[in-house]
Amino acid sequence: MNPLLEPVGVSHFMAVGALMFVCGVVCMATKRNALGVLMGIELVLNGANINFVALSSSFLSASGKSGLGLDGQFIALFVIVLAAAEAAVALAITLNFYNNHATVDVDRADELKG
Amino acid sequence: MESINWHSFFFFLFALVSCGFAVMVVLSSNIVRMAFYLTISLGATAGLFFLAGADFIGAMQLMIYVGGTLVLLVFGVMLTAQGPFVSMKTRGGDWILAAVLSGSLLALLVPAAFTVREWRGPSPVDAVARMEPTSTPLGMGLLGIRVDKLEDRPEKLKEGMSSYLLPFEIVSVHLLVVLVGAAYLARTKRRRDVRMESL
Repeated sequence: MNPLLEPVGVSHFMAVGALMFVCGVVCMATKRNALGVLMGIELVLNGANINFVALSSSFLSASGKSGLGLDGQFIALFVIVLAAAEAAVALAITLNFYNNHATVDVDRADELKG
Repeated sequence: MESINWHSFFFFLFALVSCGFAVMVVLSSNIVRMAFYLTISLGATAGLFFLAGADFIGAMQLMIYVGGTLVLLVFGVMLTAQGPFVSMKTRGGDWILAAVLSGSLLALLVPAAFTVREWRGPSPVDAVARMEPTSTPLGMGLLGIRVDKLEDRPEKLKEGMSSYLLPFEIVSVHLLVVLVGAAYLARTKRRRDVRMESL
C-alpha cells in the first residue's frame, strides 16, 4: 500500500521524534567537541518537542481527541525557551573554558575529576 | 490513480529532511558543517510542527531556535573553530558503542510508537477544516485563562490553578538570570598561555 495515500498519525510523528532523540544521544556520546555535545542536546530536546506537539494535535489521533490538549504545546513552548537559555549558558561556559585552556575537547576537561 | 494525500506527502518530505540532516549531524566530524546541518534539521522540524496543527509553536521554533539559538551556536563555533578543533575525529571503538546504543534505542522506541491503536492514524477527516489558530489560546493560557478548557473549569480545574501564569513568570525571571550569568561568564579575558607558565 502506498504510504502517500494514507493519512499520517501520531505514531509517525513519534517515530521521527524517536530518530531525532537517538541521533542526539549518539551525538552527545561520541562528539569530542564541546559544541558538538551541545548540538546533541538540541537534537534531543527537539525530538521530545515533536512528541509533545504530536500528542497535543487533535486531528492526528484516531478518535479525534488529543491526549494532551493544548498543554503539550505549552510544554513545547517552555522547552524551546529553556533550550535557548541552556544554550546561552553552555556556550558561555565553553568560551570561558576555551579562553582558559585553549581547547574545546571535552576529554581534556577533567580538572574536576576526583 | 487515487489522489495523493498532500498532508502525508509534506509530512514525509519534512520528516526525511529533518531525520536525514540529524543523521548527518552525527556522522559529520566537521563542526562548521554540523552547525549547518543542525540548522536545516531544526527548520524542517518547524514544518512538522505546522503539519501537526501547532502554528504558533512552529513559528516560535523558527524564530527562537533557528533564528536565535542556532545563531548563538554558530557564533560559538566561529569563536572556537581554529585548527585542530574544526574536525575532531571520534575513535573507532566509540562508533561501535554508539551503533549498539542507537540500534537498541531505535528498536525499543519506534515499535513502541506504533503499538497504540489510537495513535496509528486518524479516520479520514477533513483536517484542514478542523485546524484552528492556537496563538490566542496559548497567549491567554500564559496569562492565566484557559479559553480552550472553559467548559470543564468548575469540576476539574480550580480557580487560579488552571493555567501557566506561574511557569511563565518563572521562565521569564530564569531567562533574565541566565542572560546576566552568560554575559558574566563570557566576558573577555586575556588567554592564559600554558607554555609560558611552565617556564
